[in-house]
Amino acid sequence: MEDIMPVLLIGVLAAAILLYVLLDGFDLGVGILYLSEHDPADRDTMMLSVAPVWDGNETWLVAGSVVLLAGFPAAYAVILPAFYLPLILMLLALIFRGVAFEFRFKSNRSRVVWDIAFAGGSLVAAFCQGLVLGGYIGGTADGEVSFEWLSPFAIFCGVAVVIGYTLLGACWLIMKAEGALEARMRRLAPRLLLISLAALAIVSLWTPLHSQRIAERWFSWPNIVLLAPVPLMTALAALWLWRTARTGTYAPFLAAALIFALGTVGLCVSLWPYVVPFRVTIWDSAAPMLSLWFSLIGVVLFLPAVLAYTAWSYWVFRGKVRADAGAYH
Amino acid sequence: MDEAALLLSRVQFAVTIALHIIFPAFTIGLASYLVVLEAQWLRTRDSIYLRLYDFWVRVFAVSFGLGVVSGVMMSYQFGTNWSRLSETMGSILGPLLAYEGLTAFFLEAGFLGVMLFGRDRVGPRLHFLATLLVATGTLISAFWILAANSWMQTPAGFVWENGRVAPQDWIAVIFNPSFPYRLVHMTLAAYLTTALVVGAVGAWHLLRGSADPAVRRMLVMAVGMIAVVAPLQIVAGDLHGTNTFEHQPAKIAAMEGHWETRNGAPAILFAIPDPANERNRFEVAIPNLASLYLTHSWNGEVRGLKAFPPEERPPVHLPFWAFRIMVGCGLIMLAVGWWGALLWRRGTITVERRFLRLAVLAGPLGFVALIAGWTVTEVGRQPYVVYGMLRTADAVSPVAGASVSASLTLIAVVYMLVYGVGLWYLFRMFGVGPALPDSARRPVPARGSNRPLSGADLAAEAEG
Repeated sequence: MEDIMPVLLIGVLAAAILLYVLLDGFDLGVGILYLSEHDPADRDTMMLSVAPVWDGNETWLVAGSVVLLAGFPAAYAVILPAFYLPLILMLLALIFRGVAFEFRFKSNRSRVVWDIAFAGGSLVAAFCQGLVLGGYIGGTADGEVSFEWLSPFAIFCGVAVVIGYTLLGACWLIMKAEGALEARMRRLAPRLLLISLAALAIVSLWTPLHSQRIAERWFSWPNIVLLAPVPLMTALAALWLWRTARTGTYAPFLAAALIFALGTVGLCVSLWPYVVPFRVTIWDSAAPMLSLWFSLIGVVLFLPAVLAYTAWSYWVFRGKVRADAGAYH
Repeated sequence: MDEAALLLSRVQFAVTIALHIIFPAFTIGLASYLVVLEAQWLRTRDSIYLRLYDFWVRVFAVSFGLGVVSGVMMSYQFGTNWSRLSETMGSILGPLLAYEGLTAFFLEAGFLGVMLFGRDRVGPRLHFLATLLVATGTLISAFWILAANSWMQTPAGFVWENGRVAPQDWIAVIFNPSFPYRLVHMTLAAYLTTALVVGAVGAWHLLRGSADPAVRRMLVMAVGMIAVVAPLQIVAGDLHGTNTFEHQPAKIAAMEGHWETRNGAPAILFAIPDPANERNRFEVAIPNLASLYLTHSWNGEVRGLKAFPPEERPPVHLPFWAFRIMVGCGLIMLAVGWWGALLWRRGTITVERRFLRLAVLAGPLGFVALIAGWTVTEVGRQPYVVYGMLRTADAVSPVAGASVSASLTLIAVVYMLVYGVGLWYLFRMFGVGPALPDSARRPVPARGSNRPLSGADLAAEAEG
């Protein structure tokens, strides 16, 4: 039991992070797509497609950080200060894009300012998340000012996350938009897919070259066979997206989400069992048993309800964005 | 340790939390008010309630948005700036915050979309349920975050293990000695804050000559709330103070401005504390009163700051002055509530202009009292971040002062911009007021009004 509890909680943490990446990923991606979509009516549609859900999506970011704090305080205390500046920048960017939802529809002349805030905030937040991811994989230094998040690898991860989120955003809009906007997204999605796959491939090859440990994890016998489904399924998901981008309604988004989920699985395989890569393991940093128990009971009692009503609210706003969607403004 | 990082982190956290807390406090009250309005609308089908709902829900949306984004920023600072607090206390604070997320944040976020955008999609009953669940979420959130904060004030139910705390009894952790008092005091503060704003907006429109019955109704509802809650809050505050006296006597000594330990301690109405000489200047005091309300005995012993070693004392100026500001605000609130209730009984509440002006001026007092109250309790806890267990100076992250100085600068600039614009939009909405019924979308016959445009025109413009 002593050994299993931290593992269960790290599973919850990984699920929370994956949900965050999928959910806020598409709505940050929609924000980034503001950079190429200039028509005011299209921008209304894009923003309204995420307005009822963005707050819930961002809540997974808070959930991820508090589960890390609750379950692995010693890891939390190393990771967050190590990425001090990119995290603060990300949070400030999220402030800009978060208030844009309210401010944009209340402004007349200053609307362009909030369009920039929405697009710029989404772009900077996504890029900073990539910097943190890259720096995290690259390894954090203990108790000193670390700039691992400024390494070439981290910057590449920043760009990769931006592109990946844009892909999710485009697939989301295929579901939500109509007419010319939808058609443009259907043309854009396959191109973004190719770039995302290239970025994913580069990260997947870069990490084993960077770290002997990750290379052994993936390429030693029998792991190479056991883990082969991860890249194979990623390839299948990509093919699915490629073939449905022109015609599918839900399929492109589901396929893109699957690629992200497999990427997360791959990352977990590479880093297991470390919470702070290659320094602090799950068990080293786990909170006392009574904390883990209390947290897990909360998860078991409340997470199913959270997932159910979150799904319900997506169901309420299913289908294409209606013209009257912004009525309350 | 980096002294600059410590000082700047403290300033940064103070800015972040002060600007954050006013929004949740306001939205806790406003969400409950919206529940009442929608329930009344469904029950009576009186369209005034629906118009008031539609007006205040827009205010709610902006305030909630500002609260969410500043709250995410605040919660991450536990890690970015206070990692040693997180490391030593995380096994207790972390699960409490996780429960807040699981039981409150998701609930609010999950139903907020339906509340704001979904009335046409789900029908009136489910929509009311959404409003109710959002309001419930705000209160549950207050429960957990105040449990965490109270635990930092009066820790209980834990043991030390390898230099960190470990929970021993979760019930004792959550229901720690100061928690019930703080929860009641804060929830009442939230209701008062909202009622003062609602009342001020109503009074403002009456002063501008509005004859809209919705405006009158919001003023009367607010006054009723203030008249009942303000006296309750004074009682709750007194009980909270007695609890603090028991568990954190140094904080009380700073709040009261007591240097000497005395039997029959006076209540100091005014003084200028002089920490260098450990005494007060220009003191105006009522003899024995502090002993009476702290110990419930005329000659009870009240410890002064000198009873604590200098390195265990909180700074005196901030708690001392903030406490007086908070109490002063509370007394004005009581006056607003009771005077308003009297006028309402006489039927002259809409025409007594001196009262309406007072109600407008009192609009922001809830926020002032709230920030003053938090200054009292948080500064009064110093030099500890977890009382008696972890000093603030030992809780800071190993980050460079330069990094914190960069982040503080950015935060200050962004907050000024975002909160400036947010306040501008909120005030513009307040100025427009609730939309008139469709049948009356004509220029209002505004007696004594010097408005160039009618409310309806402004509303139409703001919709754009």
